[in-house]
Amino acid sequence: MAKKQYAFYPGCSSQKGASAANFLTSMNVMTEKLDIQLNEIPDWNCCGASIGYGEGGELPRLVINARNLAIAEKELPGQDMVSGCPACWLATRETHERLAEHSSLLAETNEALKEAGLNLNNTVRARHMTEVLIEDIGWDAMKAPVVKPLDGLKIAGYVGCQTNRPFGIAGESFENPKYLDKMIETVGAEPMAKYEQKVTCCGGALAFSEPEKSQKQIRDIVESAYDSGADMIVTPCQLCQANVEIYQSEINKKHGTKFKMPVVYYTQLMSIAYGGSAADAGLNGQLIKADKLEKIAGK
Amino acid sequence: MAENKFAAYICSGCGIGDVLDVKGLEGTAKKDGKMAEVKSHPFLCNAEGVQLIKDDIANNGVTHVCIAACSRRAKTEAFNFPEVAVSRANLREGVIWVIAEGSDHDEIRQEMAEDYVRMGCAEVKKMALPDGNLKESSSKRILVVGGGISGMTAALAAADAGYEVVIVEKTGELGGFARNLVKRVPFSGPYAEPQATGVEDMAAKIGANSRITVHLNSTLAETAGAPGRFKAKIAQESGAITEELVGAIVQATGFTPYDVNKLTELGGGQDNVVDQAGLEALAKSANGGVIKRADGKEVKSVVFVQCAGQRGSGGNGNGHHLEYCSGHCCATSIKQAMYFKDANPDVDTVVMYSDLRVPGMGEDFYRSAQQKGVIFTKSKVNKVAGGGSCKVDFKDLILDEDTSVDADLVVLATGQVPNAGVNLDKWTEIVTLADGGDAAAKAQTIEMKKGSVLNLEYRQGPDMPQFKYGFADSHFICFPYETRRTGIYAAGPVRRPMDMLQAQEDATGAALKAIQAVENVEKGRAAHPRAGDLSFPKARLEGCTQCKRCTVECPFGAIDEDEKRFPVFNEERCRRCGTCMGACPVRVISFENYSCDTVGSQIKAVNVPDEFEEKPRILLLACENDAYPALDMAGLQRLTYSAYVRAIPVRCLGSVNTIWITDSLNSGYDGVMMMGCKHGDDYQCHFVKGSELAGYRMSKIGDTLKQMGLEEERVITHEVAITDHERVAKLINDYVAQIQEIGLSPMKF
Amino acid sequence: MSDLNTQAVARYKNNFLKEVEERVEDGHWVKMCMQCGVCAGSCPLGPAWQHSPQKIFMMIRAGKREEVLGSDSMWMCTSCYNCIVRCPRKLPITHIMHGLANYAHRLDLAPKGQPTREIARLFWDNLVKTGRVNELKFSLAMYFKDGFAQGIKNAMAMQGIGLGLMKAKRLNPMEIVGGHKCKDIPGIHKMVAKAREIEDRRRGLA
Repeated sequence: MAKKQYAFYPGCSSQKGASAANFLTSMNVMTEKLDIQLNEIPDWNCCGASIGYGEGGELPRLVINARNLAIAEKELPGQDMVSGCPACWLATRETHERLAEHSSLLAETNEALKEAGLNLNNTVRARHMTEVLIEDIGWDAMKAPVVKPLDGLKIAGYVGCQTNRPFGIAGESFENPKYLDKMIETVGAEPMAKYEQKVTCCGGALAFSEPEKSQKQIRDIVESAYDSGADMIVTPCQLCQANVEIYQSEINKKHGTKFKMPVVYYTQLMSIAYGGSAADAGLNGQLIKADKLEKIAGK
Repeated sequence: MAENKFAAYICSGCGIGDVLDVKGLEGTAKKDGKMAEVKSHPFLCNAEGVQLIKDDIANNGVTHVCIAACSRRAKTEAFNFPEVAVSRANLREGVIWVIAEGSDHDEIRQEMAEDYVRMGCAEVKKMALPDGNLKESSSKRILVVGGGISGMTAALAAADAGYEVVIVEKTGELGGFARNLVKRVPFSGPYAEPQATGVEDMAAKIGANSRITVHLNSTLAETAGAPGRFKAKIAQESGAITEELVGAIVQATGFTPYDVNKLTELGGGQDNVVDQAGLEALAKSANGGVIKRADGKEVKSVVFVQCAGQRGSGGNGNGHHLEYCSGHCCATSIKQAMYFKDANPDVDTVVMYSDLRVPGMGEDFYRSAQQKGVIFTKSKVNKVAGGGSCKVDFKDLILDEDTSVDADLVVLATGQVPNAGVNLDKWTEIVTLADGGDAAAKAQTIEMKKGSVLNLEYRQGPDMPQFKYGFADSHFICFPYETRRTGIYAAGPVRRPMDMLQAQEDATGAALKAIQAVENVEKGRAAHPRAGDLSFPKARLEGCTQCKRCTVECPFGAIDEDEKRFPVFNEERCRRCGTCMGACPVRVISFENYSCDTVGSQIKAVNVPDEFEEKPRILLLACENDAYPALDMAGLQRLTYSAYVRAIPVRCLGSVNTIWITDSLNSGYDGVMMMGCKHGDDYQCHFVKGSELAGYRMSKIGDTLKQMGLEEERVITHEVAITDHERVAKLINDYVAQIQEIGLSPMKF
Repeated sequence: MSDLNTQAVARYKNNFLKEVEERVEDGHWVKMCMQCGVCAGSCPLGPAWQHSPQKIFMMIRAGKREEVLGSDSMWMCTSCYNCIVRCPRKLPITHIMHGLANYAHRLDLAPKGQPTREIARLFWDNLVKTGRVNELKFSLAMYFKDGFAQGIKNAMAMQGIGLGLMKAKRLNPMEIVGGHKCKDIPGIHKMVAKAREIEDRRRGLA
């Protein structure tokens, strides 16, 4: 069967040596098993994330995203753009939609793109990796490569914000999306139905500027995972993963809690379930070791 | 007259024959019921069973039929024998479905069934076939009082349906309040722009309609008679009187805006502070151009104060004006703000609201105004100062701060005050004084009558009864178009606050009610809720003591008094509730098929066991509108209740005559339960006042009980809704337990 | 620009609303708020906002220019988009908050030293410089934004996390010299400069 081809937008945090490097490691194992070919967009640039608004304004933000779309349109014609990072996906999809809606903005964007020798017809769809899995690959095909079902693993599915809002996965509710739980089931683990903080904001965007406020969010997210009886949290979001995992030690220091809740990506669950090693799944990248997952990987 | 022949038919279908001894019941009908013919059938409502009865009527001379089968509310089409009197003994919903299964209960279940058969036989013996109330001639013309949007709509609807219409309009032209509007709020999509009022078109259509007669500059000097035969004296300004004979009346007399001058705390009466009507006048003279104030200055900024003198302390103003929300004013202010924005988008328009209420598709209209740049601010206005530059002091409820804004013009969204005529409660008070010889009161009645709209020649007063806040009568919870004046229907803002679209819908409904009324009258039948009933009250005046209870208590003002203070029944106004019958202390009022006797004989027909048998008997008088259906529903749901109760449906608790209570207690019943509709401000009584009157009468029964040496608990009244099937079963069981606790009646002989 | 900063604004008139409509991203939506307050109740940082989005919208309509543009509130947005998906009037609230913050920042009316404002500036500069975000340089820049001594303190406080990330190969100390970057940096610079020029011209800020 021919591999499904996508224009791939890795994003800054997934680069080698960056905070979500292990996401890319595990995603590569997953896509390999699912016959997905990711063709990296040449010379892609940062999406501006959400915080880019402060200095960037509207048009510069749209333009930097339009640059990626323009390159994909030219170099990887006919392919949907896919990103594993919710911020990258959100910024690109928003750009695509806003430029489609307002022709004057598209004209202004092209005026700026011209400075970099580019032009955008705005034909490329921007998609998130979970969308591709659910809509293009399908649940059966996602289940097929499972050789090491994650039996007995109790997992709190933490969707977070930007994978879920404002676009989200078609057909899912903003308040209680179900697809992540379904993915957890697909790899043989048990989703925690009573996990209450599924779509709570981790405050990641303000992790540096408002640490107290964002850490309050993280506390709720981790505490609720413990309350639900979960062994670990799984998320599709790079910023959520980093934020929720990294700051547990800080919170412990400040509040005397004893948080030690592993936070992994859905791609890592799949890599292991699909037969990958702990290294394949980038589990060596965990600050809080996902022992139970490593144990299954070692079987 | 041919001789009466009584027959009973007992059905053994639907499981009746499985749990009851039908042969035994036949014996009961024959022996105790004294029926000439008694037959049973395994499936009485099928073609064969019905034919059996029909044959007996046609060939066997049967004139009175007792059907012992299902509830009187079931199989009404099959058991429809209009040429004979029919009673129904409820063995299915009333016995086998509600009495616990098992042989333990066989005896009491059979006793209950036997009693119901006895009761059905006793009832039918006292019944006569009603002959209706056909009059020589009756008018089907419809009088519409008021030529505004509501009146014109009602007139056109009735005329389109083929009825002749007479419109009486006080002013010199049709159109009412709407005639003075520049535009109205939109009735159709996309609900974004004000639309033309359509008043001229409607007036032109009326002018061109040969079925509609219009009396302008006219009022009603007198309305006498009853549905089908109202004589309306129409007085012109000049004093000339025209008499029109009409069958029904639609009162569409609209509203008057609350007097803005009373709103002194909101600048009412000061320069450049207007009400919504005042703003329409300014906009009308602007004729689509920039709107100018009375002093000729162009309006560059305008503030709309919503709920001005409305909604009590919840609105703006000192809380001492109108208690209610008039419903249309938010959308009207939105529309008026658009007048400014459409003429000049730079005019600052601020709408100060506490709760923006835009029913229907008004939300789209609201959004459209926001798109046009109208600013909406949730506020409480503390003070308005008019003058060359107006100032509005207010609390911004979102920003939680006291602040103020200057404006060239302030518009106060005042409320609707209904033009409903004389308040009958006050009227009755004054008339009672006047009747007692009070000369001042007598003068006052003449003065009050000048404010009347209908000038009805009714014993109970010259207008429709009024509702809370002075709106014309409406059975607002269950039958909003109904009033307590049969054949007279209120429509539009005189009935409750409403906007033009609602008024049009309302007027169409009222026109249909008026048509129903004239059609029913022509056939000699009752109107809602006993629509089609041919019986009507008859009084043996030779026994009457002229006590006036019937004339005072009739909820529908159907009974006038002659010069000797005897009751004069206007059958066409009567709704057949029987409240007069319940009121009559000497029991001279009855219907052919419903009387003190038809119920009294049922009460007597029940076999009351002696005290040693320890089987109590509870009489249950259940309103046929809600309580009896709830009992049937309990059966349908197979809920069980005590076999000691004997239920008799009544037309309304208002028809319950206290003789039934005393008779039953005297003959050894252990308790009497009554179940009727909710009364009070949010009444559900189909006859409006019936259950309330019953409650009042029963509150006085304590003395009677005391005289009889009985406990107060032996008579109990409950308010029951049609949905209360679970509750009625529980009420019965609880009451039986309570009676057993108290002990059986000492009156068993 | 200076005259923009000192504009006198009449209360409950349209002028500030018009300014927002013309110059703020998605500002034309502000007038459509119906003041239900769902946004205020949906914000994860709600209690930290001096003025909820609902209030900000009302303040704009009330002409409170200085209070709005000088407000710390918009900078509390975590970009979680909860308000957007819940708004019954479908106002793009997150975008409006971003737009207002950006506009206040451009006019330099935003609170001085507001930490998120500073970080947003550092982040953008960081990404524009090479086309991609350099997490290490960005973090260090943030620690040192309040001066050298505070920077050392901040960095020391977070060193445990930093070391952990390095050990997990999620923070590369070599990024300090070079690191990931785009090839067409000059093109990106020209493009971003042009975009800003067009936008400033359109907003009348040029």
